[in-house]
Amino acid sequence: MKALHAKGQPLVSDDRPLLRAMGLSKHFGARVACQDVSLDVHEGEVVAVVGESGSGKSTLLALLSTQLLPSNGSIDYRMRDGVTRDLFRLSEAQRRYLLRTDWGFVHQDPRLGLRMGVSAGGNVGERLMAVGWRHYGNIRAEAQAWLERVEIANDRIDDRPDTFSGGMRQRLQIAKNMVTHPRLVFMDEPTGGLDVSVQARLLDLIRGFVSDQGLAAVIVTHDLAVARLLSDRILVMRQGRIIESGLADQVLDDPREPYTQLLVSSILQT
Amino acid sequence: MTADPAYNFAYLDEQTKRMIRRAILKAIAIPGYQVPFASREMPMPYGWGTGGMQVTAAVLGANDVLKVIDQGADDTTNAVSIRKFFAKTAGVATTTRTREATIIQTRHRIPEEQLTEEQILVYQVPIPEPLRFLEPREPETRRMHALEDYGLMHVKLYEDIARHGHIATTYAYPVKVDGRYVMDPSPTPKFDNPKMDNCQALQLFGAGREKRIYALPPYTRVVSLDFEDHPFEPTPITAKCELCGADRAFLDEIVTDDRGGRMFVCSDTDYCESHRGRVSP
Repeated sequence: MKALHAKGQPLVSDDRPLLRAMGLSKHFGARVACQDVSLDVHEGEVVAVVGESGSGKSTLLALLSTQLLPSNGSIDYRMRDGVTRDLFRLSEAQRRYLLRTDWGFVHQDPRLGLRMGVSAGGNVGERLMAVGWRHYGNIRAEAQAWLERVEIANDRIDDRPDTFSGGMRQRLQIAKNMVTHPRLVFMDEPTGGLDVSVQARLLDLIRGFVSDQGLAAVIVTHDLAVARLLSDRILVMRQGRIIESGLADQVLDDPREPYTQLLVSSILQT
Repeated sequence: MTADPAYNFAYLDEQTKRMIRRAILKAIAIPGYQVPFASREMPMPYGWGTGGMQVTAAVLGANDVLKVIDQGADDTTNAVSIRKFFAKTAGVATTTRTREATIIQTRHRIPEEQLTEEQILVYQVPIPEPLRFLEPREPETRRMHALEDYGLMHVKLYEDIARHGHIATTYAYPVKVDGRYVMDPSPTPKFDNPKMDNCQALQLFGAGREKRIYALPPYTRVVSLDFEDHPFEPTPITAKCELCGADRAFLDEIVTDDRGGRMFVCSDTDYCESHRGRVSP
């Protein structure tokens, strides 16, 4: 696996998991959305969660990113100071801070992750201002640099995202999340609804960030091709439970569970 | 003038006034925090100062002297009506002189003359939530206040600079109160923002339609938000008042005919009148 950084530095500095979920369950009344889910995410690792719609993928993502409180279970996270803490024991302010600095969340619909009435530069700058940046020139320069990295032209910095195409919006959303150098990014169908060539460029971009920045990611997708391309490990969910997990190639090439076999065989062959 | 016996003192019933006073005390205890209160129907439409009137009614005593201004002027419809309203329902003395007033209800200005510890300034507030236009969800803005999550406020200022090259917000310019809450100073011109800082008078804000009261106790630190490289600047005054000659007062532009004639005069009418003759225009 990709254990070495370009400069020969070990990419993974700690072999303890970055995030460890234990026995997560979420009930909405009598309805079970997530049942007894446990998983580890290590630094620099990309975990894909696949499954059909309604299988509890998005609920799991919302639980992991603490946007939903679980009915049962806990999540430990190793924070930047090296101390592992129980996320649900943190105050709401601390969790928000985490979500805005050390984490990113890329929504399928960029309108949920962006402020459509605020310029691209303002969108990217928001996280910086939230963590205390108060120098307009510096904020703008940083936003500019990130827009360049996601291939948004310089002269679009003051345009609002509602004038952007779908692919640009999604790239802008990624820039907005990456500006504070997060260590863990949650993505909910990041390529959903985009045409194939735009998807490919976006996947390239995400792959670049993962390998250059040592980013860890949890990606929810129903697209097995995306999962194969991006992830190191795959979890298969069905009816709120993880029914199979393993290395990406292993799960996709040699699925064990009948349901996974069905999923894999449902891919259109060209 | 004596009060009309058909009304309870200052129109509102005693229980309502107690409820409003409790909200005011809480607001004073947490400067800049918006306290919800059970706003009442007043005998005029929302948006005409019902919040300010309820606050005034709650703090008014029989010996108070009331002044009411609208955009700085004592003689506009809204100001005259509210003054008459309290003269009739509470029988209190009214004045147009800033110095003589103990309670000043205002819409969108702070008097030019320095206020004292003996005075209360009551603001009429249309929209108390400074984050409203960036984040329309009230539960979310309340959470942002609770968690001191104010990055968004600077996004607004950022947008101003990106679009206009400078911070183009000229009224309702957001302030940070006592290093904690971000507050909307009501639509006063930003020219007046420095007067809020360390003010000797108690400042009370009432929003009737929105059912919120907030306050600045005397001598509270009030800082206008800005960027290091784009610091806050009060509106520069580049003209003199053509009636009294004041050169440091906030001015109104008055159209005098239909051939493009116009003149600049003080927006604070009492300040203007008391200065006429003292300085030559």
